[in-house]
Amino acid sequence: MSGLLASTRAELLRLRRWPATWVLIGVWFALDLAFVYVFNYIAYRTGDVSGPADRVPRAQLLAGLLPDAVPSAAVQGTPLFGGAIVLILGALAAGSGFGWGSWKTVFTQGPGRGTAFGGTLVVLALTVVGLVLATFALDLAVSSVLAAVEDQPVDLPSIGALAEGVGAGVLVLGMWCAAGVLIGVLTRSPALAVGLGLVWALVVENLLRGVADLLGGLAVVTDHLPGTAAGSLVGSLGGAAGDRAPGVQTILTGGTAIVVLLGYLALFAAGGLVLIRRRDLA
Amino acid sequence: MTDTIVRTDALSKRYGDRLAVDSVSLTVRRGEVYGFLGPNGAGKTTTLRMVLGLVRPTSGRAVVLGDAPGSPPVVARVGALVEGPGFYPYLSGRDNLRVMARYQRVDDRAVDAVLDRVDLGSRGGDRYSRYSLGMKQRLGVAAALLGDPDLLVLDEPTNGLDPAGMADMRALLVDVAAGGQTVVLSSHLLAEVQEVCDRVGVIAGGRLLAEGTVAELRGATAVLLRARPLDLALAVAMRVSGDDAVEVVHGGGDDALRVHAGPELIPPLTRELVGAGVDVLEVTTVERSLEEVFLAMTGAPMAQPAGSAR
Repeated sequence: MSGLLASTRAELLRLRRWPATWVLIGVWFALDLAFVYVFNYIAYRTGDVSGPADRVPRAQLLAGLLPDAVPSAAVQGTPLFGGAIVLILGALAAGSGFGWGSWKTVFTQGPGRGTAFGGTLVVLALTVVGLVLATFALDLAVSSVLAAVEDQPVDLPSIGALAEGVGAGVLVLGMWCAAGVLIGVLTRSPALAVGLGLVWALVVENLLRGVADLLGGLAVVTDHLPGTAAGSLVGSLGGAAGDRAPGVQTILTGGTAIVVLLGYLALFAAGGLVLIRRRDLA
Repeated sequence: MTDTIVRTDALSKRYGDRLAVDSVSLTVRRGEVYGFLGPNGAGKTTTLRMVLGLVRPTSGRAVVLGDAPGSPPVVARVGALVEGPGFYPYLSGRDNLRVMARYQRVDDRAVDAVLDRVDLGSRGGDRYSRYSLGMKQRLGVAAALLGDPDLLVLDEPTNGLDPAGMADMRALLVDVAAGGQTVVLSSHLLAEVQEVCDRVGVIAGGRLLAEGTVAELRGATAVLLRARPLDLALAVAMRVSGDDAVEVVHGGGDDALRVHAGPELIPPLTRELVGAGVDVLEVTTVERSLEEVFLAMTGAPMAQPAGSAR
């Protein structure tokens, strides 16, 4: 246990000082602000001119901008681009060490391969939790300001709704991050891992869903793919903004989606752990 | 407590249909500096990777500090630099070592101590990616020294360094060797091994060809004799030291005799030669260099940096 703590402290130091970590986190916050608040607010203010406001009623746009909508609004980007960003983070964190030779150095220093790698997993988990909590804090602040500006009541969401939203965000991002880690360890190359991971998350799943429309039996498989499960969990939160963001689905029920996501999370993390323990480090 | 730090037993590694390491059985004893000598591609690094638990052997086994390679209690007592340093390029040298120190659970003060030891104290704050190759290698040695390990494995620590960097690294190796730690030093450079190592294992083509002290491998000294006329000198030398102990060596258009005997032979041999009317031009004792030993064993020349030959 103390070995895992030591590895966690070590990984915390090196990931905290890594510009790539902060670039990715910054991109997430920028996208979150832009797609949840900036564009929708502009569309709301310029309502009857053009843009999505032609299709979405202004009242619904406004509802999505208020504090009450934060539990679903803050996680609506997680199935697709949020997932893509943490997948990149996981793939870089796990994959770069092979090219740099830093895994080799760590494994001749540290408390054993599994424990050292466990430190990486713990730090990435902490990062995901922190990222989701910070997103909720940021979105609550922004939406409260918007409510005040628009003379709307600042109705904060219930603790239960917040907890559900945070839990969904952590699970979805955690699953994608673990997927990135696994591909990083599999390919032993950050570039290949990031590329393959993004192609899967952004393209292949959608293509497979298209194929499943043609081949009936395939739907069972495609309905339970990582992206579909992630989208379904976020979709199950409902809410004013929840069901029209890209990647958000209503294919699986919330409960099923949680089980599937937990399964993938465990599978990806354990797969990475087994691989890194067994593989030759050449 | 056994005095054997590393023992490998018919250790082999196969990559596809290439046998990179073929039944290597070597022994490293407590407190010695063990030179692992062989040309590039001989299997040195692969063997060391197996000893460190980075690579699984195809067959055979290794015991390091009484336990399996790569097991946590062993890793904690081993420091290594294998096939070049591997660090986070965006961190400073000091931060890289601080990360490693946390993995090892040693105090940050140890970081400054090893940085000073490899003479990087003043550059510790610079980013690793801006280090010269020599500085990167020294940082690798510093990471290996961290935590005061019982066994230090240094794989080609002077590889790719310029002469000044090589001299710095050699000085560091001598300093480390004097510290009493058990050191395994691999090299394709004979001078390096000859200078600092107590015992040497010679590897080529994946096979361990010989193992022993430097003196054992070089064998006995010989007497080199340059004299005219050569055939008369040969007859006299054979009479004095025995028929089998003399051979004619050809070199530089100037043939000479090599007499396998110690320096105590020189006075009687010289007296006999002069008595027989031979003109003695030169009599000297010679020791076989490791390079000659290596050539004799493998028939392949080894790399030798200019100016470092004995």
